[in-house]
Amino acid sequence: MSLLDDLAGAGPAMRPRAVILRLGAIAALVAGTAGAFAYAGGWLSPHDLTPARILDRFERVNGPHPGFRRNHAKGLCLAGRFESSGRGERLSKASLFAPGQITPVTGRIALAGGRPYAADAATTVRSLALRFHLPDGEEWRTGNNDIPVFPVRTPEAFYAQLLAAKPDPATGKPDPEALAAFFAANPDSVKAAALIKARTLTAGFADDTFRGLNAFRFVARDGRQTPVRWAFVPEHAATAESPAQGGRADENFLFDGFASAVRRAPVRWHLVVTLGEPGDPTADATRAWPSERPSLDAGTVIVSETEAEADGNCRDVNFDPLVLPAGIEGGDDPLLGARSAAYAQSFTRRAGEPKSPSAVHDAPVAGAGL
Amino acid sequence: MSNTTHFNRPARLLHWTMAGMILAMLFIGVAMVTSLAHYDALVALHRPLGIGILILAVLRLVNRWRHPPPALPPDLPGWQRQAAHASHRLLYGLMLGLPLIGWAMLSAAGYPIGLGGSVVLPPILPRDPAIYAWLRPVHSVLAYALFGLILAHLGAALMHGLIRRDGVFSSMALRATAPRS
Repeated sequence: MSLLDDLAGAGPAMRPRAVILRLGAIAALVAGTAGAFAYAGGWLSPHDLTPARILDRFERVNGPHPGFRRNHAKGLCLAGRFESSGRGERLSKASLFAPGQITPVTGRIALAGGRPYAADAATTVRSLALRFHLPDGEEWRTGNNDIPVFPVRTPEAFYAQLLAAKPDPATGKPDPEALAAFFAANPDSVKAAALIKARTLTAGFADDTFRGLNAFRFVARDGRQTPVRWAFVPEHAATAESPAQGGRADENFLFDGFASAVRRAPVRWHLVVTLGEPGDPTADATRAWPSERPSLDAGTVIVSETEAEADGNCRDVNFDPLVLPAGIEGGDDPLLGARSAAYAQSFTRRAGEPKSPSAVHDAPVAGAGL
Repeated sequence: MSNTTHFNRPARLLHWTMAGMILAMLFIGVAMVTSLAHYDALVALHRPLGIGILILAVLRLVNRWRHPPPALPPDLPGWQRQAAHASHRLLYGLMLGLPLIGWAMLSAAGYPIGLGGSVVLPPILPRDPAIYAWLRPVHSVLAYALFGLILAHLGAALMHGLIRRDGVFSSMALRATAPRS
């Protein structure tokens, strides 16, 4: 056993059998630690849904569009401010809700879907992402959509829906059988889809209502927690979409319409916070809360500028819904963590890719009325 | 090196505290990047834990300069001596480097780096997605390298403790005991 002794460095007092046993124990401990690490990293469960798989599916459904967001790919940057009404202060200690507080805001309007050059369509889901710049480096980032509820309850259902709703290249519509199978497997989504389909389509972004959809918690200075959902409700009276818009030649009519509106006068949305009560679903974004729940107007978002996506502006921001200031917390909705993870993955992928100009340019010449 | 047989008490406390923190950190990190349901909770642990490791690593280096560690046994083969010194330098480099790269990459990505409550770290790099895209995989690769080094360190420490029984393991034991002669 001199070779073993030389390698292991055991003294003459230790029997070869003991050396081998102890070597085995050491090897087992090291291998066990490595195995636990592999387990934690998901290598032993390759079928689990991961952020990377969700993003892979977006890329498969929409085709490769390097440099762009994998969802809500077509967008326009905006800037303005939030003027607090002071009414949110009793529910959340976040400084932006203090009476008279004015918080700088940047953001992005966008259309759902992963195709950055798709023509605007009135029925496409519209989004409003906002970033509130609080003092001392705190931020509140929030992504909101113009639908009454979210179409799915879980990340797994979202992943299944992505594929089921993929338009067939031949017909331009999703495969009805795939869609029917999806709804059969996800009954929550049947009711949600009906509510989403029945929503009023407004003329554009400026008169549209954007909802946070997931439930969050407001935390007051005294530690009291309130489940909340919020909506950005336009000050402009909503006008129904006009039939003429359907046949517009301008592929960016929704974005250009918003840029024109902002040039005429700042566009304002009220941050309306709805307060949940015990028993209201906080982990199911497919279900609305009862309409009699109290709400309060926490203040007004005033958008005074728009700018085409470019280096360093909203294009390069991840509107992660869990970037929150003290005073706002994520709840128990499984979609929130998944959104955060998937947005981060989308951000990481596009950060290193070459960039192409957005389809939405600054200052449309036609129809600007200037 | 010095004539002492043990690391001083602060060094031993720091070693075992950081061993727990770094292992937890590596497991949180590797789980975080594939997790959906617990992603945000894991990220919320990962950031303050990383800054804690950075601070303790600095304290540990300062303590090491002021109180040099005990010498390795004279009969240790030369290659093992070199491997020990090189791996310890790498371990220190990664204990300091990984948190700094994490902080730098989040700065370049333009994320507010919240540590809990309303505490937000200032950025240490200008916002630039290209720099983030470069640093992000470096952070992962170095984290795997650190995990590999820790496995080697664990294996070597147990060889010293269970087979060579040369006082190297006990020099870092939390309760200082007299080394075997």
